[in-house]
Amino acid sequence: MRTTLIVGTYLLASALFILGLKGLTHPRTAVRGNLLGALGMFLAVVVTLVDRRIVDWTVILAGLVVGSALGAIVATKIQMTAMPQLVALFNGLGGAASVLVAGAALMGFGLSEKSLALQYAAASAVAGLIGAVTFWGSLVAFGKLQVLIPERAMSFTGQRVFNAVLAVLALGLGAALIVSPESSGTWYWALVGVATVLGVSLVMPIGGADMPVVIALLNSYSGLAAAATGFVLMNNVLIIAGALVGASGLILTRIMCQAMNRSLTAVLFGGAGPPTEMKMTADEVYGGKVKSATPDEVALLFDGARRVVMVPGYGMAVAQAQHAVAELADWLEARGIEVEYAIHPVAGRMPGHMNVLLAEADIPYEKLKDLDTINPTFEQTDVVLVNGANDIVNPLARTDSSSIIAGMPILDVDKARTVVVVKRSLAPGFAGIPNPLFAADNTLMMFGDGKKMVLELIAALKST
Amino acid sequence: MEALLTRLTIFVLAVFAGFEVITKIPPTLHTPLMSGANAISGITIVGAIVAAGAQESLLTTVLGFIAVVCASINVVGGFLVTHRMLAMFRRKG
Repeated sequence: MRTTLIVGTYLLASALFILGLKGLTHPRTAVRGNLLGALGMFLAVVVTLVDRRIVDWTVILAGLVVGSALGAIVATKIQMTAMPQLVALFNGLGGAASVLVAGAALMGFGLSEKSLALQYAAASAVAGLIGAVTFWGSLVAFGKLQVLIPERAMSFTGQRVFNAVLAVLALGLGAALIVSPESSGTWYWALVGVATVLGVSLVMPIGGADMPVVIALLNSYSGLAAAATGFVLMNNVLIIAGALVGASGLILTRIMCQAMNRSLTAVLFGGAGPPTEMKMTADEVYGGKVKSATPDEVALLFDGARRVVMVPGYGMAVAQAQHAVAELADWLEARGIEVEYAIHPVAGRMPGHMNVLLAEADIPYEKLKDLDTINPTFEQTDVVLVNGANDIVNPLARTDSSSIIAGMPILDVDKARTVVVVKRSLAPGFAGIPNPLFAADNTLMMFGDGKKMVLELIAALKST
Repeated sequence: MEALLTRLTIFVLAVFAGFEVITKIPPTLHTPLMSGANAISGITIVGAIVAAGAQESLLTTVLGFIAVVCASINVVGGFLVTHRMLAMFRRKG
């Protein structure tokens, strides 16, 4: 009877997870969707407490209280700009939990008979491997996003061989675990150790702008690790929830890769890529052609403008300029100027990063347009204001087939009447190449901090 | 073997269901999707609870306790922060 209650509630929880994700298909239903997911989780946790195998609740309650308090504090205090590192951290904790639960299962609890069946051993090996890679990979990603360690790609010669050796070693240990169950604990923790090194070594060579891919992939892994743990425990709700998250992360990974026109293997194993010989040096591209403008000069451009498009990039997030940008948009709209926002899928450090920042600044989501929607409108746009973006507006992606970013879908801002670029300097973006947009006839550079320059522009507009 | 295949069936069908639902999520909600999905992957918490409470050995209890802490940070923090983000998405006017 009790088992029926538990399994039945798990079924209900699984359905609530799917309905919850379905709610996320529209901003209007998204809040309710998230609450449905939370309800499913709550029910699953409560019903698990009546499991017959539990003999003492003190340790459980202590863990729940400590974890929930920590989670609640972090979730309420965190700045929206720090969202990528928070998601990375949460991914990692999910992976860690899977490693520990599969480990505990191997060490004794939950398996009906002590002789390990093949599937338990194989599933534990998978859970340990993916879970540990997720945990340590996420910690490295967190460190990079929080700039605790350098954000650039860090690799050493022979790293690919090193990773391949680790992977083979991990598979070997997994096989050992299956073949000799009597010392399965030893094999398991050795496997987790190897996966630890592998997780660190896989994410270290991945640099800043490739982070959206890595975060999405680790998101997927955290789900797959949970599903593998579900196979160890023979628990359907873990398998279903894990599969859903695994699928979600894979879809996002694919979208991010397409938005950069790079294959997943190129992102993961290409590192920063071989130093391509530059066809044009920065001096040839920029020499004498870059026009710098003051906020007062830029303010004149908006005189008589009918349509303005804002293009936010990672620089806007770093400068925390989203509120200033929203204030500027309000001022322009109050004067009858149409304002929209062009969001490139890989702008920022995680999928949807810019949307969250602009939503925080109270900008209605209907004004945030994706690449395919906004691109045909640039020709009818009077002023484009690019804030802290570089590679995603580089026309070389269209014009130079030998460029490292050739074929990457970009925002065609150069087709607008005037382009204003707010940027600290002419320093190259993540791709490491010069951007002819900055030297174009219709481009004005406003050099400085993303927030300060926009505020000065607003002041200049108000004083004219 | 048959038991394993039954579980695999469930896994594969759930992956398909996930693909169907998630491809329809608009880019503007991709960050909340990640943090929300992340909270759901904290479902390992149910395994952690049993591990922490079964008292098979000191080691499994300790492992279970740490797993409960990790998973509940993941679950509570994940759903809360997703709620905070989604509450910011508003319509015109």
